Amino acid sequence: MIFLALAFYMFAFIAVVGAIVVISTRNPVHSVLFLILVFFNSAGLFVLLGAEFLAMILVVVYVGAVAVLFMFVVMMLDVSITEVRDGFLHYLPLGALIGFILVMELGVIAGGWTFAPDVERNFIAQPMGSTVTNTEAMGNIIYTHYAYYFQTAGFILLVAMIGAIVLTHRTRTGVLKQNVGDQLARNPSNTIEIKKISSGSGV
Amino acid sequence: MLEIGLSHYLILASILFTIGIFGIFLNRKNVIIILMSIELILLSVNVNFVAFSSYLGDIFGQVFALFILTVAAGEAAIGLAILVVYFRNRGNISVENINAMKG
Amino acid sequence: MYVAAIFLPLVGSLVAGLLAFVNHASAQYEGRKTKSRIDLIVQIVTCGLMLLAAVAAILVLFTVVVYGQDPSLELFTWVESSSLKFSWALRGDILSVLMVSMVTVVSSMIHVYSVGYMAHDKSIPRFMSYLSLFTFFMLMLVSSDNLVQMFFGWEGVGLASYLLIGFWHDRASANAAAIKAFVVNRIGDFGFALGIFAVFFLFDSVSFDVIFRLAEEKSAVTISMFSHDFHALTIICLLLFIGAMGKSAQLGLHVWLPDAMEGPTPVSALIHAATMVTAGIFMVARLSPLFEYSETALAVVTLVGASTAIFAATVACVQNDIKRVIAYSTCSQLGYMFFALGVSAYSAGMFHLITHAFFKSLLFLGAGSVIHAMSDEQDMRKMGGLFKLIPVTYVFMLIGSLALSGIWPFSGYFSKDIILEATWAANTGVGQYAFWLGIAAAFLTGFYSWRLIILTFHGATHADETTLAHVNESPRIMILPLCFLALGALFVGVFSSDYFVGEYAVEFWKNSIFVLDSHRALNNAHLVPIWVKVLPLCVGVAGITLAYLMYLFAPGLPGALSSGFQLTHEFLLNKWYFDELYDKIFVKPAFSLGRSLWKAIDGLLIDGVGPDGIAAAVRIIARRAGAIQSGYLYHYAFAMLLGVAALITWFLVRGYN
Repeated sequence: MIFLALAFYMFAFIAVVGAIVVISTRNPVHSVLFLILVFFNSAGLFVLLGAEFLAMILVVVYVGAVAVLFMFVVMMLDVSITEVRDGFLHYLPLGALIGFILVMELGVIAGGWTFAPDVERNFIAQPMGSTVTNTEAMGNIIYTHYAYYFQTAGFILLVAMIGAIVLTHRTRTGVLKQNVGDQLARNPSNTIEIKKISSGSGV
Repeated sequence: MLEIGLSHYLILASILFTIGIFGIFLNRKNVIIILMSIELILLSVNVNFVAFSSYLGDIFGQVFALFILTVAAGEAAIGLAILVVYFRNRGNISVENINAMKG
Repeated sequence: MYVAAIFLPLVGSLVAGLLAFVNHASAQYEGRKTKSRIDLIVQIVTCGLMLLAAVAAILVLFTVVVYGQDPSLELFTWVESSSLKFSWALRGDILSVLMVSMVTVVSSMIHVYSVGYMAHDKSIPRFMSYLSLFTFFMLMLVSSDNLVQMFFGWEGVGLASYLLIGFWHDRASANAAAIKAFVVNRIGDFGFALGIFAVFFLFDSVSFDVIFRLAEEKSAVTISMFSHDFHALTIICLLLFIGAMGKSAQLGLHVWLPDAMEGPTPVSALIHAATMVTAGIFMVARLSPLFEYSETALAVVTLVGASTAIFAATVACVQNDIKRVIAYSTCSQLGYMFFALGVSAYSAGMFHLITHAFFKSLLFLGAGSVIHAMSDEQDMRKMGGLFKLIPVTYVFMLIGSLALSGIWPFSGYFSKDIILEATWAANTGVGQYAFWLGIAAAFLTGFYSWRLIILTFHGATHADETTLAHVNESPRIMILPLCFLALGALFVGVFSSDYFVGEYAVEFWKNSIFVLDSHRALNNAHLVPIWVKVLPLCVGVAGITLAYLMYLFAPGLPGALSSGFQLTHEFLLNKWYFDELYDKIFVKPAFSLGRSLWKAIDGLLIDGVGPDGIAAAVRIIARRAGAIQSGYLYHYAFAMLLGVAALITWFLVRGYN
């Protein structure tokens, strides 16, 4: 138990600190790196909760794809290290107040949760019995009861991909491209011209 | 304190959520920070879902967290694509210059 | 027939008024021919109806005097509200019928004269319409059966006077004079209205029959105001007299009369000689049952009248405008009539009213002829030596002046004499005051009348060549009314003095005038010493002689006197500085109050807080509200966050219902 608590607090603490650094650091590359740190620690939290499949997916998808994507864009756009503007400090007191209030309220709500009092302090590592792994348990549900949602998620990804390509696509001028239709539509009458020349004289 | 219960996870999620919200309106630097803050928010929601799924014994929470992950990835992709195009047109991505909708 | 006499002028006025609009419209499209046709129609209609009304009025007078009939009739009820009941009714006693006859006759003469005088004016229909309208209102006033109907006529003549004085409205001085007349009249009207309210309060009715019947019972009633007891009838009579002062231009509220000469001359003749200004006299005479019971009010009337008489006579002596001299003369003669009324000699006052109507309008119309002949020149210093060039006008002016100065056997002699005898016979302090001032005024009357005649018609000419070349006698249409009025000025006095103040007086007046037995001034007037009877004639002749001396035989004398007594001359020339006094005390403060109320309170305060303020506030708020749309995403996100926080707080506090 104590190990559990220790692990939890460590992961949580680092996640929170990382998040704070993400939004406050001046260097955007540092922001992305600390975001990756937050993701890793969240994956750790998920493991503690017994959702190891999700934890791995988090690492693979979020860190491996999304965070890398962020890094690509940051590098590509060559965002300069900007100064902290005055506005940051101007808004900070008010924002901090509001944020504090929000956290407190959410905490009050969360702490006062009385859905099932006997269950509240229990921590079940493996839901639905311990005979199947988390991955198998998820697979049992996704492909049967929630198959349609799964397909829809696939479509969303497809649309996102097409969208990204369409948005950033630009036609460059001066680039030679093949137009297959034109190529196939060539015929000798508009390509070749036969000239009769007597031998010995030029064209 | 030492017994980690549901409320701990929920409080953590709310803290992350608030930090994400902060990131949206406290930053003046660039738009990428906004997109990263959105990722933080979605992450906190995911933590929430998984915690509840664990406590209620219902696997659907994790299934839904998976879907949220999917959508977050797609949204990040599109958001960054838009950002790239915007950068091509404007030359910078400072948040303070995005005020053309000023009324 | 009584109805015809009173309402025919209204018909004429309406017809002329409608045609005035036609004229105005046609002037833009069709030009001169239509205009002159319409002018002719209007003149014929209004003069014709007016003459018909005059004939009807004379016939009614005849039946009343000779056959003793009573043409009173009630037309219909006006107001009936618990104890306040009065109706539109025409009173037919001799006082009313006499006034109706005089008004219609003089007015019809003036209508005919105007046809000639205003022949080249551009708005003839409007003029004739206003003249007839005025006549109608005056007739309503004198034939009314209750105080409210009289007030209707009172206000109406004030209105018509305003319209007529300001007839040439493109002249700024005419507009100012019209406003002055109306405002000063209004002050008097305010007193009149208060008097009517007081009458209703005391008598619970405003109808003459009721009031006169109850007058004796209520004669001792006192009203307590401001913790003092006042004699009710005195208060009422004083308030009503204030109205009369305004209308009849007595001292204090006289300032409008000389400026009213801005109107055309027929207007001056009608309104400011014969009719409107006599409304006050008529009112006091009509309300004699009330006035008799208040010694104080009668004394006030006498004092005011006598003071006005002498004041106006002094000012008339130095005026240079021919119409102004006659205007001040009117003011002075009205003073005579008032102090006659004040010593309870009501019939003498009415007698002088009738004779004065004839000779004063004759003088005004004659002056109009002179002005017409002199191409609109009104300054007497630029006239002179005209009696050979316009002899007929000269003769008429002479007749009028003789009547005015009270020379036997012209009508003015009879009426003026009986008034002065009555004041002597009144045997009171105020009566004596009035008598001696009246004698002085008679002297001055003779003087200034002849000053006018001599400066205008005799001596060397001061007019320039072009004006002299155009001097010719007035056309016949203008001479005819003058003839008629001259006949009146000559013969009305001689033939009717017995009816008014002589042997047949009691039968004549019957009970339209009420005199208490204790007021024996008129009865004793015939018993005064011989020197009192002769004195007015003597001083009149003396005045005439002095004028001859000063202006014909020693022409340098007036100039020497005026430069020798410079201050007095200036004082008199500026009408005892009344206008300047009023300007300083009332007019300028009123203007500055009005301006400050307008600019500061209405402009800044009310407009500022109200419409302008709200508009400006809306603009400011809208601009600030618009600033919320900053265009920055994070502002919007922050707003959303605030909203979320607020909602959560709300639900937490309220509970989860």
